Amino acid sequence: MNKPTKVAHKASVAITNHADRIRAVVSPLGIEAWLVEDYTVPIIAVEGLIEGGTSQDPADRPGLLHCLMGALDEGAGPYDSTAFQERLDDFAIELSFGADRDHASFHMRTLARHRDEAFDMLRLALTEARLDSDSIERVRAQIIAGLRHESTDPDVMAHRAWFATAFPGHPYGRSSKGTLDSVPDITRADLDRTRETLLTRSKLHLVVVGAIDPDSLARMLDEVFGPLPALSGVKPVASMLPEAIGTRKVIDLDVPQASIRFGAAGLARTDPDFVAATVVNHILGGGVFSSRLFREVREKRGLAYSVSSHLAPFAHGPLHMGGTSTKNERAAESIAIIEQELTSLAHDGPNEQELATAKNYLIGSYALRLDTSAKLASQLVHIKAHGLGRSYLDERNGLVAAVSLDDAVRTAKRLYGAGDLLTVVVGRPVGL
Amino acid sequence: MPHSTGTSSDKPSLVPGVKIAHHTLANGMDVVVIPDHRTPVVTHMVWYRNGSADDPVGQSGIAHFLEHLMFKGTAKHPQGEFSDVVTELGGEENAFTSMDYTAYYQRVAREHLGTMMAMESDRMKGLVLTDDVVIPERDVVMEERRMRTETDPGAQLSESIAAALYAHHPYGTPIIGWMHEIEQLGRQEALAYYHRFYTPENAILVIAGDVTSEEVLALAEQTYGSIPASGEPPKRKRPQEPELRGAKKVTLADPKVEQPSLQRSFLVPSATTASAGESEAIEVMIQILAGGQTSALHRQLVVEQKVAVAAGGWYHSTSLDKTRMLVYAVPNADVTLDELEVAMDRAIAYFIATGISEKELARAKTRLIADAFYAQDSQTAMARMYGSALATGASIADVTHWPDAIDAVTAEDVMKATRWLDARTSVTGFLIKDEAA
Repeated sequence: MNKPTKVAHKASVAITNHADRIRAVVSPLGIEAWLVEDYTVPIIAVEGLIEGGTSQDPADRPGLLHCLMGALDEGAGPYDSTAFQERLDDFAIELSFGADRDHASFHMRTLARHRDEAFDMLRLALTEARLDSDSIERVRAQIIAGLRHESTDPDVMAHRAWFATAFPGHPYGRSSKGTLDSVPDITRADLDRTRETLLTRSKLHLVVVGAIDPDSLARMLDEVFGPLPALSGVKPVASMLPEAIGTRKVIDLDVPQASIRFGAAGLARTDPDFVAATVVNHILGGGVFSSRLFREVREKRGLAYSVSSHLAPFAHGPLHMGGTSTKNERAAESIAIIEQELTSLAHDGPNEQELATAKNYLIGSYALRLDTSAKLASQLVHIKAHGLGRSYLDERNGLVAAVSLDDAVRTAKRLYGAGDLLTVVVGRPVGL
Repeated sequence: MPHSTGTSSDKPSLVPGVKIAHHTLANGMDVVVIPDHRTPVVTHMVWYRNGSADDPVGQSGIAHFLEHLMFKGTAKHPQGEFSDVVTELGGEENAFTSMDYTAYYQRVAREHLGTMMAMESDRMKGLVLTDDVVIPERDVVMEERRMRTETDPGAQLSESIAAALYAHHPYGTPIIGWMHEIEQLGRQEALAYYHRFYTPENAILVIAGDVTSEEVLALAEQTYGSIPASGEPPKRKRPQEPELRGAKKVTLADPKVEQPSLQRSFLVPSATTASAGESEAIEVMIQILAGGQTSALHRQLVVEQKVAVAAGGWYHSTSLDKTRMLVYAVPNADVTLDELEVAMDRAIAYFIATGISEKELARAKTRLIADAFYAQDSQTAMARMYGSALATGASIADVTHWPDAIDAVTAEDVMKATRWLDARTSVTGFLIKDEAA
């Protein structure tokens, strides 16, 4: 065992040979899923991503896809809403649907002994959701209640205002969940059209982890996804660089603490410097107690409880973003420190020690992202959707290890440039 | 030498699979090992049997404040070093404080477990605090309170409801503390609290992941085992609630409330205070009444009467003293909270009057027992389940056989448990918009 002293060795590469464990299963109809067959725990986790997310919502109907995904488990096939939900509970099947800007998604977890019922419920929801008027009205009312609740939540307000300011006239500028004006106007015909064009099998990515063999899975794939339309009606979305970078926007809300969101253009997931950008972001504000923002904003000055940054590689407008919450009197100080750290990283890059520490962390912690069936399935489905291939889990730590100081310095410059940001503050900040 | 209290699961359980080892070190520290060999990682947690309900009067928030200060370093490993080592090793770390316990954890590759145990055991006794680190951290905690509570009317209502439900017991005080008392907390208070509670007799080591109990015990002996026993574990004797009668109502009006809601809290037995089988009966009862979209409340209020857009509830069983059960509903447009409250009263009365079907009973049990299967997929979930149970007075066997106890609940038990849905001793909270402001 290691001595509890300063550790200078290389972090271990805990994962070996994932590619052998991940099998590409192709059904007779040609539907593909990655399978990690594992019987240790008698459960099966399924993750699905379908390309074409809320950015496909028509300009006058933001919130449409979100509403559709919310209505899929409100009754399907022979089951009305109550019967459908009772059947899920009777077999302890966990089934949920969601949407982000670039994807529709679904998540299922079942005990292995109920797998046939579970896959059938997934099939019904995806292909035979009833969308009857009672269900639509119920989901609509829930979404509207949620939007009303969020309309004075400082974090949500800052997030929405950031995107609206950065992407005017672009789908990314609109609320994924819609608005209090748009959601009441969504019709059954809108939902049907969205279902037909977006819930298709040509843009579908599937990962299954757990207690199921490849032959059974292949059969299930055809049964569940075979009935989906073969061709996707996804429309191209224009790429856009975020606007208003270098400006600040203050939104008044009577709260004692200012909620701050900042960001600017980032690097695409396919950019050769993306892995280096992951390392650089980690040094700035990754989720550890040793990031620059954590040390400078929280630990040294006590300005905030939470402060962090992340990369948001959206398909049509990749970003780097971050946020914090500071009492109104010290909001200006927090923003000044964040900008200073960003500029210093862009100007000088990280030092050797920071780089080594960040790489060790990112390499060593990768296994922690894969230690449950659901987490593994979720990681894999995004890897698959990004076109990265089954060997990526094995290659990824090598890619991080290969990031040199030159790479990091160059990428920090590319990422943060002159340190210009669009910053949105919700609250009553003093001196901004 | 550690004396073994043996492994549990001697008796087969409805949810088989995991063999949990439980030992006690000579200095009184409990050691629990939960094997999971799928991924070469471990979750290392140390639980202390003290939480916010043990804060001295006038020092609310000290348990949570100390949790923050535990990251400030020791003589052996000065400030930042522990976190740097965790980061360097690719680990994750954090800590949390509840009303009954405080816990610290790291998740690392299996070969680094010894390093984590050495450093965590060092900070059980070696914490060094100076005003230079204490004062900024107090600001951090005040920002945390602003973030979680001062900017959120719903969170403010929750605090007021808890304060009304617990007139005497410290569960009525928020974990993070009241702002005017956080402001007064300092180095002295933190150290006094630390020396009182951070002892091996008061601690539980929980390790889940790719390890064997033999490995863990050997390491535990070298690290935690070298800490001398402090004599006896600190006692937790909190003032208990009197039998208060009278329904209470708390209304929070704020101009920022755009979506009203109502909730009702009941004071009920916890898994620790309940008689045999009673806590499990409440668990099944609340699942049928208010658990998810198949619940009686959802069916009545959301689907049939359409007075609510959402309705549900929960029961927090893992608690040292009497605990809370809660039901809530969010009104549909054009429905007032008064109307919704009447509808909810009727739905609960109907539930009690009509009883439950065998199907409902079976469905609720299936759902609850499945959670025990799903928990096995996550070593962190398993570690939390056993750690929180032990920290609130339960045994390993209680946790392992919880699914069997759920399975044994009868329809009659469930109907008996409905006596805890007594509005006369409840607190109802209304969250409404302040139209005057």
